Amino acid sequence: MKQRVRYYDSVGSRVFDVLNVVVLTALAVVTVLPLLYVLAGSFATESEISSRPFFLWPHKFVTDTYHYIFSTDTFVRALLTTVGVTAVGTVIQLLLTLTMAYPLAKKFLPGRALVLNLVIFTLVFSGGMIPTYLVVRDLGLLDSYWALMLPLAINPFYLIVVKSFFQELPEALEEAARIDGCNELNVFLRIVLPLSKPIIATFSLFYAVGIWNDYMSPLLYIDDSKKWTLQMIVRQLTAANADSANVLQQLETVTFPEQGLKFAVVVVATLPILFFYPFLQKHFAKGVLIGSVKE
Amino acid sequence: MATDLVPEVVQPAADSSQPASAPRRKRRTKTLGRDLWRYRWLYLLLLPGLVYFALFKYLPMYGLTIAFKDYVPFLGYSGSEWVGLKHFQELFTGPDFGRLMFNTLLLAVLTVVFVFPAPIVVALLLNELRVNVLKRSVQSLVYIPHFLSWTIVASLTYLLFSVDFGVIANWIHGLVGGQKTDYVAQADWFRPLIVLQLLWKQTGWGTIIYLAALAGVDSQLYEAARVDGAGRWRQFWHITLPAIRPTIVVMAILTSGHLMDSGFEQIWLMTTSLNRDVADVFDTFVYYIGITQGSFSYATAVGLFKGVIGVVLIFGSNLLAKRMGQRGLF
Repeated sequence: MKQRVRYYDSVGSRVFDVLNVVVLTALAVVTVLPLLYVLAGSFATESEISSRPFFLWPHKFVTDTYHYIFSTDTFVRALLTTVGVTAVGTVIQLLLTLTMAYPLAKKFLPGRALVLNLVIFTLVFSGGMIPTYLVVRDLGLLDSYWALMLPLAINPFYLIVVKSFFQELPEALEEAARIDGCNELNVFLRIVLPLSKPIIATFSLFYAVGIWNDYMSPLLYIDDSKKWTLQMIVRQLTAANADSANVLQQLETVTFPEQGLKFAVVVVATLPILFFYPFLQKHFAKGVLIGSVKE
Repeated sequence: MATDLVPEVVQPAADSSQPASAPRRKRRTKTLGRDLWRYRWLYLLLLPGLVYFALFKYLPMYGLTIAFKDYVPFLGYSGSEWVGLKHFQELFTGPDFGRLMFNTLLLAVLTVVFVFPAPIVVALLLNELRVNVLKRSVQSLVYIPHFLSWTIVASLTYLLFSVDFGVIANWIHGLVGGQKTDYVAQADWFRPLIVLQLLWKQTGWGTIIYLAALAGVDSQLYEAARVDGAGRWRQFWHITLPAIRPTIVVMAILTSGHLMDSGFEQIWLMTTSLNRDVADVFDTFVYYIGITQGSFSYATAVGLFKGVIGVVLIFGSNLLAKRMGQRGLF
């Protein structure tokens, strides 16, 4: 973006530049302020949360809220469940997406166009919530962790992007391997996958974020509160009509930091994403995502 | 092409090494079996994905037939009684339809008016930013909310706007005075909060696609314009804006297909007993009717109605875009 380096600097142009910097900086600040406030609030005392209007650094730095939430079975169980489901689910999603994308990248494969069209059609139209729910129920997956992973196993959009990526790999390498006696499976495993590390990294993060953040699946498929994920706990604690005292009710007699724990729970549910965010960001900024849908 | 019939053990390399260029001969019935054998590894790789799409994408589409039946679980899809358009009649003449339609459409209009243009404006502003470090920092920060879940967004809204200790609620109260307003629970504030959430969560992320389009503009165009004496505004008007027009069209088509999707998670999480009247949309209605009340057929009919409108909208707007001389999406 070097096109603007030498510029005529009319007064209007310079005024605009200053305003632009101000506006965009303000936008960025406003975007992250709520997150910083919640982080600060999670380390503050109950009285500070209710008395101080806004702060980014607590007067008195306490970790009561974290001690409390990590002492409850409900929260710890939900956290472990979410970590487990995210890890296993991402592996399943990657396996299915990569194995399906590779044959779809082979233009000579008979039936490829049909399958591709069937995939693209699901981007426009779907059975919707209830028929999908019934399939999950009929498969006996209600109240099972599989219900949080299998119905979302392939994101058709990601599949098409990965397919386009495979298509652009140099054909010569695969050809050479075939001549050396590799079958397609080995070509895929030994040649294509090692070349696909960047896209595997990208989509494992995207998929992981998707499962971690998924609220609809546990809401639909999980009745047993022992199998709840973190998002369900967050919702139960902090949603507009929530009754936080009942959710983590194991310590009925002990007073607990009622407001503060909401802050802490939000922080714990957000932190892993913010931790991986820099890695995510490295890959997505190129705008490749939509471009590759149009063949 | 004799190698086609030779087992792979004998001629391992040859059978898959000449796929694309292989001359097609007259093959009829034998073709299918032969292709299956010849590309068996590829089909094997394809299989798990196919099973996934069959089970979780296409079986539900078959399940849509219960919208025309009185589905009883133990009778199954095919055993349940066929009732034709009964559920659709119930929907269209029922007491909820007008309200659902109004709420859904109003949210769609608000989205089109406020949420759709926001990333375009921000991308254009970012594009004019001359300090690259600042540009990249702003981008990094405004992308973040996209990766947070709707439950987090709803919780943040609650923590900022709640009556007891919400920072923003207190701040507004300090400015305006009067009685404290419960922004989160009250019906009047439902739609503004929904729009605000969408703006906060999606604006930054939405700029990516436009920035990519802007980055592709040939800088010679700007140089030529400058030589011709075009000021910054005219460069923007005659070069920058036309450069992203195709992208805007594609995004508009994609958005139009989702006008009836109000975002189930977001709406659901922001619905309270006080704002149900304005909050209920088709998406959440399907959940209430189907999952909470167990009227699977009726709920499926509502979902199908919504889905069909979505398809009509996306193809319609694509057609419209092409009529207007744009490239369209497909």
